[in-house]
Amino acid sequence: MAKRLSGLQREVLQMYRQCIRATYSKPKASQPNFVKHIRKEFRQYQDLPRKDFSTIEHLLRVGHRRLEMYSQPEVKDIH
Amino acid sequence: MSGILKRNIVGVIARRGLATEVAQEARLKTFKIYRWNPDHPAEKPKLQEFKVDLNKCGPMVLDALLKIKDEQDATLTLRRSCREGICGSCAMNIGGRNTLACLCKIDTDVSKQTKIYPLPHMYIVKDLVPDLTQFYKQYKSVQPYLQRSKVPEDGRENLQSIEDRKKLDGLYECILCACCSTSCPSYWWNQEQYLGPAVLMQAYRWLVDSRDQASKFRKEMLQNSMSLYRCHTIMNCTRTCPKGLNPGYAIAEIKKALATS
Repeated sequence: MAKRLSGLQREVLQMYRQCIRATYSKPKASQPNFVKHIRKEFRQYQDLPRKDFSTIEHLLRVGHRRLEMYSQPEVKDIH
Repeated sequence: MSGILKRNIVGVIARRGLATEVAQEARLKTFKIYRWNPDHPAEKPKLQEFKVDLNKCGPMVLDALLKIKDEQDATLTLRRSCREGICGSCAMNIGGRNTLACLCKIDTDVSKQTKIYPLPHMYIVKDLVPDLTQFYKQYKSVQPYLQRSKVPEDGRENLQSIEDRKKLDGLYECILCACCSTSCPSYWWNQEQYLGPAVLMQAYRWLVDSRDQASKFRKEMLQNSMSLYRCHTIMNCTRTCPKGLNPGYAIAEIKKALATS
């Protein structure tokens, strides 16, 4: 665990928690699917260098947009 | 005399009938186009050079871009639809100015390069495609539809005099291409709160429409320090509008209406 998390690191972790909390409003049967998808998406860029601010900010923006789309109540399952 | 005439005519017909082309020198124009791929977000955006033979290409920048997309690089991504300057999809920054690619003539001087960038200070979806969701949300927030509290007298049409209809000329033609808003430095620095010239011109269009009865409410919506009053009459909007409209003037008229109400 890092000693002090930088602002960007905190934002990424906050977004991860937000995504996981959004899955609590989905039907029980499809919740694991959503969690798997979230973890896969975050794992894809886990090797990004810490200093690459523009890419991280871009991924945060894209992530927020996708979170808005997926948290709509009409979306009941993924994959 | 008729013999000479006949020879001339025959000569002309013979020249016109030549199916083989006269070999023309290829006029190669260099285009430097901004490229960025969201599938590899860690790669920085860059300018890619393309050469296009102007003798085999239409006169507008959009023709050149589609020729590049067809023949050289199919991954070049751009928005375009009507190819005649009415839909507003192909808005981009060409040679430093925001215009529609379908209306911007290629500068035929082949010794100069033409730089093509997406609309400035906007987040990019890919290559030349900007993300306009914020722009559309701002347009929606201004309630661009007729609001009436009473049904018209004859129960059928909202009648309007010719003078009142003339007030809408120069306002309704806006195609929401976002060229003006993205050319405004004030909009660059305050994108979330300042509405931008395009949206403000549409707000004025509804304010000044005699059939609309919600003007008091519309004026109240603009009475704060950010949505309208970030305009400092920089007038880049009017200079760059590809349809020749005057958003700066419309904004000044709104300010006047708010000041005198």
